[in-house]
Amino acid sequence: MEYNPFSLSGKTILVTGASSGIGRETAIACSRMGARLVITARNQERLQTTLDQLNPEVDGHMQLIADMTVQQDIERLVGEMPKLDGAVLCAGNSMTVPLQFGTREKLDSMFNINFFAPVELLRLMYKKKVLVKGASVVLIASIGGTHSFMPGNGVYGASKAALNSVMRYAAREYATRNVRVNSICPGMVNTPLIHDGTITEEQLAEDAKRYPLGRYGEPTDVANTAIYLLSDASSWMTGHDLVLDGGFSL
Amino acid sequence: MSIDQFIENFTELFDETDPDTINATTQFKDLEEWSSLLALSVIAMIDEEYDVEFRGEDIRSSNTVEDLFKIVQSRAE
Repeated sequence: MEYNPFSLSGKTILVTGASSGIGRETAIACSRMGARLVITARNQERLQTTLDQLNPEVDGHMQLIADMTVQQDIERLVGEMPKLDGAVLCAGNSMTVPLQFGTREKLDSMFNINFFAPVELLRLMYKKKVLVKGASVVLIASIGGTHSFMPGNGVYGASKAALNSVMRYAAREYATRNVRVNSICPGMVNTPLIHDGTITEEQLAEDAKRYPLGRYGEPTDVANTAIYLLSDASSWMTGHDLVLDGGFSL
Repeated sequence: MSIDQFIENFTELFDETDPDTINATTQFKDLEEWSSLLALSVIAMIDEEYDVEFRGEDIRSSNTVEDLFKIVQSRAE
């Protein structure tokens, strides 16, 4: 048998935010490593596009439509899930706004999707024992808020810093069931999220030059890191926020 | 929507620049205090005060304060 400590063969993995960007790429990559995927997002059409790209050699991939900002949707989602060996919580949004314009309304909207939603999903998946013993949870955080403090990123960064904090507490508490919880803290990754127009393409290209490895990340960079954290190769790793930024925060 | 009010909102974003030096024809990117953070503040101010979605590209294509105002005006209902 081929030696591959990163194999996800035989594992069932949930990916949220799977209709685009990092979530979509992670779902596809995990299926190629042999996992059966449970993918979720709000938009049926876009999610179907991801489902169509999952590795057909693995049986039983499923998609569940849910809006992570709606409590009933999260509860229904957890009720419909099969037992999970892993989960990658990618659903999130970004916001570029100077702090003096970061109103309570903006903070609420950012924390709802980036913090409250994944925290509630994680809580219920653990409480309802959807996560099996030995399962691995990967939260997609950011270098923003913990390792990098770029002007205009405060509202977003604060939501991701809060997520990183819960990640560590969950790692401690869930270790009793041998459930591991880690996060990935990417720098700027080429997804629709950063190409939303707030910052011009010109500025983004200029900013990418500030990365020691000379480029922004690609969704596949994050997907491959998620594979490591989901696989048995990382079975002694928990409570870690893995910086993935081409050397930017050095 | 008046350009005078817009200029006042715009001017309030600056800390070091003499407010009297900013008017409709000011080439704002030439102001010493101009920065990428100020550009983000302009976008946020326009969202807050006028409920208009402004993009980095709009800042890039504008030269004067009046250019900014015209874009805001064209997008406000």
